Amino acid sequence: MADKVFLALQNNPDAQPIIDAVLEDNPGAVLNETPGMVKIDCPGRLVVRRASVEAKLGRDFDLQEIHVNLVSLGGNLDEDDDELVLSWGS
Amino acid sequence: MAKKKLGLKERYAALTRGLDWETTYEPMDEVFPYDRYEGIKIVDWDAWADPFRLTMDAYWKYQSEKERKLYAILDAFQQNNGQLNISDARYLSAVKIWLQGITPLEYVAHRGFAHAGRAFRGAGARVACQMQSIDELRHAQTQLHAFSHYNKYFNGMHNFAHMRDRAWYLSIPKSFFEDAYSAGPFEFVTSISFAFEYVLTNLLFMPFVSGAAYNGDMATTTFGFSAQSDESRHMTLGLEVVKFMLEQHEDNVPIVQAWLDKWFWRGYRLLGLVGTMMDYMLPKKVMCWKEAWEIYWEENGIALFHDLGRYGIRLPKHHEVAGKEKHRLTHEMWTTLYQFGNALGLHTWIPNDEELDWFSEKYGELFDTMYKPRLLYLRELEEKGERYFNNRLPMVCQVCQIPVFFTEPDDPQTQCVRIVEHSGTKHHCCSDGCKDIFEREPEKYVQALIPPQQVYRGEAGGATNIFEYAAWLHLERDVDTGEYRGSPDHQHWLEWQRRHKAASPDEAA
Repeated sequence: MADKVFLALQNNPDAQPIIDAVLEDNPGAVLNETPGMVKIDCPGRLVVRRASVEAKLGRDFDLQEIHVNLVSLGGNLDEDDDELVLSWGS
Repeated sequence: MAKKKLGLKERYAALTRGLDWETTYEPMDEVFPYDRYEGIKIVDWDAWADPFRLTMDAYWKYQSEKERKLYAILDAFQQNNGQLNISDARYLSAVKIWLQGITPLEYVAHRGFAHAGRAFRGAGARVACQMQSIDELRHAQTQLHAFSHYNKYFNGMHNFAHMRDRAWYLSIPKSFFEDAYSAGPFEFVTSISFAFEYVLTNLLFMPFVSGAAYNGDMATTTFGFSAQSDESRHMTLGLEVVKFMLEQHEDNVPIVQAWLDKWFWRGYRLLGLVGTMMDYMLPKKVMCWKEAWEIYWEENGIALFHDLGRYGIRLPKHHEVAGKEKHRLTHEMWTTLYQFGNALGLHTWIPNDEELDWFSEKYGELFDTMYKPRLLYLRELEEKGERYFNNRLPMVCQVCQIPVFFTEPDDPQTQCVRIVEHSGTKHHCCSDGCKDIFEREPEKYVQALIPPQQVYRGEAGGATNIFEYAAWLHLERDVDTGEYRGSPDHQHWLEWQRRHKAASPDEAA
């Protein structure tokens, strides 16, 4: 199995739409909760899509807003206006 | 019609390419004298890109938002006497280690990145170092603000800056950063952003800070996660700098590998303190050191090294020793702190029965046969009024400066000591990992200032025993130092809890 990438976010209402969007957009993603934060692990690749977060939020979302509630990540990162992608082995 | 806004990639390119220039009055090599002597060959600085592509305007915007959130919570914590809602005052020992040992590192990191940013001739690298330098200053400041509230109610936090340059146990984190920032700029960024932040600080800022949340410390939780969101950028910078060096020239590969070997081991040794904070100083437990090591190193860290395999990078030397030590590291570290408690600015104690059961569950037979009997014996001594203290100072490793207390990788009953000789003088190391680091750069490590040796030479204000030494650190005996049970912190805590409960209507009914 591919090595896992991960995205960790603060567990608060602001981060919830991002968490929901990531879980829907990445079928292999697994949510691990510990006090105060969530860690989403996913084999190989994980994507955060701006359009999906906007659909949950009901407003415009700049992907860089993720910095406000981001805790940590693992994987090679690539970000543009529409997607933030974490991957191994690309 | 208004012109379409630039996309993220174009904005980043404009910042890191368009604003830079080649010098003409002076040669570039004289303007940037430090980015070549380490042997790292860079063919094309423009190949550098921050994967987040953060520009200065976005940086200020999101950082100020983080600060507003953080200070709103700190205000609420202080106004509501948040210190009364933590799980137990023993928890404060972890806060004291953080304040004394980690916060000063943030400040040194601020200086180090300012220096590295000045040293790189590539604008992308300079911008990334500039942001990180500002971040690190923010971390030092926010931690001091958060902890200043505890300083009003608990002992041992009053003079951390004085202690930093004098306390034997604080030379462990101090020497780590001084080793890094006395290296060249590429090694500095590799050591701090990659080896320390990418590979290892997740263990501090994720399971430990989650533990702080579980123990009711909203102040630490909030600055911890707020700082770690900056760390995500630093980690990304760290991975970027490593990939950049590896992609620029094949001659860079062995240099980078040697740095990864060195800084993995130094970072791992430093994290022994964090593991001990997690296992012993969090009264309510989230996960043990062994579990955290398995998730954040054996799963996430090794995945990262697998990915670097395509450049010819292998797993860091001695990583398997860390795997063997995960069953015992924190138990060996805690007993060491416990015995030298008269020269620590924090309290130590023997865990209660419930905690011993948790250790048995997490660490199994090795704990039950090796460490539990020792803890029970120490408890028995304490109950007889003979609480054990070792009133000397330990022999510490010439490289990591941790007391030479670790055991052989394959034998937890034999102390691990490695003796190295340089210019006719013998030096002691705690492990093969530290011995390798010494032997690669002996001229650097023979210069290390070893606090216990300085104390015995009379360099600690002429102190002739451990109590005079602690006084020279500005630590008051049995107030700031020593056993937790019966300490003023403990007595105050019990009194505050009694009054707090008495004031509650449920309890009164």
